Amino acid sequence: MSETVQSTAGGDERIKEISPLRRALIRPELGGMVGTVAVFTFFLLFAFDSGMFNSQGIMNWSIVSAQFMIIAVGACLLMIAGEFDLSVGSMIGFAGMMIAIFSVTLSWPVWMAILVTFALCVTIGALNGYIVVRTGLPSFIVTLAFLFILRGFTIYLPQTIERKTIIGGIKDVAEGDWLASIFGGKVFQGLFVWLGDNGLIETFSRGSREGQPVVDGIPMLLIWAIGLIIFGHVLLTKTKFGNWIFAAGGDAEAARNSGVPVNRVKVLMFMFTAFCATVFATCQVMEFGSAGADRGLLKEFEAIIAVVIGGALLTGGYGSVLGAALGALIFGVVQQGLFFAGVESSLFRVFLGVILLGAVILNTYIRRIITGER
Amino acid sequence: MTEDTKFHHGDAQAKKPIIRMVDIQKHFGSVIALAGVSFDLCSGECHCLLGDNGAGKSTFIKTMSGVHKPTAGEIFFEDRPMHFEDPRDAISAGIATVHQHLAMIPLMSVSRNFFMGNEPTRKVGGISFFDKKLADEITMEEMRKMGINLRGPDQAVGTLSGGERQTVAIARAVHFGAKILILDEPTSALGVRQTSNVLATIDKVRSQGVGVVFISHNVRHALAVGDRFTVLNRGKTLGTARRGEITPEELQDLMAGGQELAQLEGSLGGTV
Ligand SMILES: Nc1ncnc2c1ncn2[C@@H]1O[C@H](COP(=O)(O)OP(=O)(O)O)[C@@H](O)[C@H]1O
Ligand SMILES: [Mg+2]
Repeated sequence: MSETVQSTAGGDERIKEISPLRRALIRPELGGMVGTVAVFTFFLLFAFDSGMFNSQGIMNWSIVSAQFMIIAVGACLLMIAGEFDLSVGSMIGFAGMMIAIFSVTLSWPVWMAILVTFALCVTIGALNGYIVVRTGLPSFIVTLAFLFILRGFTIYLPQTIERKTIIGGIKDVAEGDWLASIFGGKVFQGLFVWLGDNGLIETFSRGSREGQPVVDGIPMLLIWAIGLIIFGHVLLTKTKFGNWIFAAGGDAEAARNSGVPVNRVKVLMFMFTAFCATVFATCQVMEFGSAGADRGLLKEFEAIIAVVIGGALLTGGYGSVLGAALGALIFGVVQQGLFFAGVESSLFRVFLGVILLGAVILNTYIRRIITGER
Repeated sequence: MTEDTKFHHGDAQAKKPIIRMVDIQKHFGSVIALAGVSFDLCSGECHCLLGDNGAGKSTFIKTMSGVHKPTAGEIFFEDRPMHFEDPRDAISAGIATVHQHLAMIPLMSVSRNFFMGNEPTRKVGGISFFDKKLADEITMEEMRKMGINLRGPDQAVGTLSGGERQTVAIARAVHFGAKILILDEPTSALGVRQTSNVLATIDKVRSQGVGVVFISHNVRHALAVGDRFTVLNRGKTLGTARRGEITPEELQDLMAGGQELAQLEGSLGGTV
């Protein structure tokens, strides 16, 4: 029998003391933290002079990372709630295309095109979730169907309406639109002018923009990424709903029996994932000024990879938004860093595979320590 | 079945029952899991539900806790007819259940498990947040009362032993002030000491006026704390007996549906 030692009032002598350092380190984000440090160390050593760490370089990988972060936050919360969404990439293409069709082809005001697209996409997310909780089918299959359905529409609609697969001219119609600037604008421009004037960041030395900073503000994309990370992190760890997300993914049946509205939680997380995909799409459309039928390809996998690097458990019930954000940062820095370092771009996949494997092994080890899994 | 005068169907009670389940049936497709089971429970008593595996015990208490809707039959809670749409309804009516397999989520911390579905909140600037500090304090306090020393409230349930998990689940049910506590085979996976802990807890809870439904297929565990005993066999009640009116051997026989076990017991020399 295991209960041979009588436990005493003050504490249980069978519980090993854990040093504060170890306790502080053993957290779901540890894998992501280690990966981030490793990746930055690597590029600081091997690509420091490549321009990767001047203002323009930093902005470059920050934007790419921020894109990953936006979809990773949604994928992270959904994965913790025990589900997947493989339609994220198609949703990105679809949302961008709908904004273009509404605003350019149908000449709606851009703010209206954006709002209607958000409503439409979040509804599709809800439909995804509804089918999953109603039928009990794996979300893997249901959202795989939507991967094809949405991509199909994204190619079919512009071809039928405009006889092409890219719709441009969004920059012109979005000029001065209040909502478009929330996705495509830049902030803190004054600060960057000041930094440039004081020689703290690079400025143009020739041409019509001489004296102006090369990087002239923070794109709203970054603000969205940070906003969504904070929102996701607070929701998950600091609210009642966050506890329901963990519970729904940890064991749906046990959660239901304890009174957690599991179906509602899951459907809402599918809607949130769709929302994140639409934010991504809107920012992208505003930046490029066009929507293409092939946008967002494979983004669902990149989001899931970032989330898994960040310490989440594929089967749900465990994970961290901050970890997912670090996973996205690693992803972005590696992708752009290899480009700066002049490494053959096909090696990116090798790198990614190695990082993924390393992070998952480390994460599994950490998780076992925390949760007592065997 | 042998005619046994010690058994009464529809026993007239001195006290008014808090819950009365009348002729409950539950069919799963073509499987008839419950073929008309009646049962009642008063506050401050421990009513044991006995029966072999597959007798329908879990299915029955799930109709009581809102997990399943009965195919036929009626539930009276405090003398009013009740229809539980989902477990939330039963929980808010004061019925707490510790299910046989799925009581806790191993990946989550003890304090998050303890308050799952019942999270305390605190408003900051109009937004309501999970009051983790309060949850942690209460969890640590309740666990200490139950004799479980946690490393901290963040310790995952997966690191606890089966008995400790069961204790957390019971402590949780008791903490939320249930009128009825349903325990589905809380002792079947436990060691000796842990079992007596759980039985002592049942006794304590009962003395606080809570009605306890205690499911077991172990006659000795049931007799240790039970006030009344109802035996289920193949989805039917074989009868209800009071404490002192029935011997362990009689209960054992009834659970197994009579003779077969008596023969078996003979060959095993009374060790079952
Ligand atoms: N959800 C279900 N679907 C189909 N059959 C079920 C379901 N739940 C229980 N049963 C059947 O009902 C019978 C009683 O099961 P159960 O209540 O779990 O028994 P016990 O708890 O007494 O061991 C079994 O034959 C079981 O196979
Ligand atoms: Mg059972």
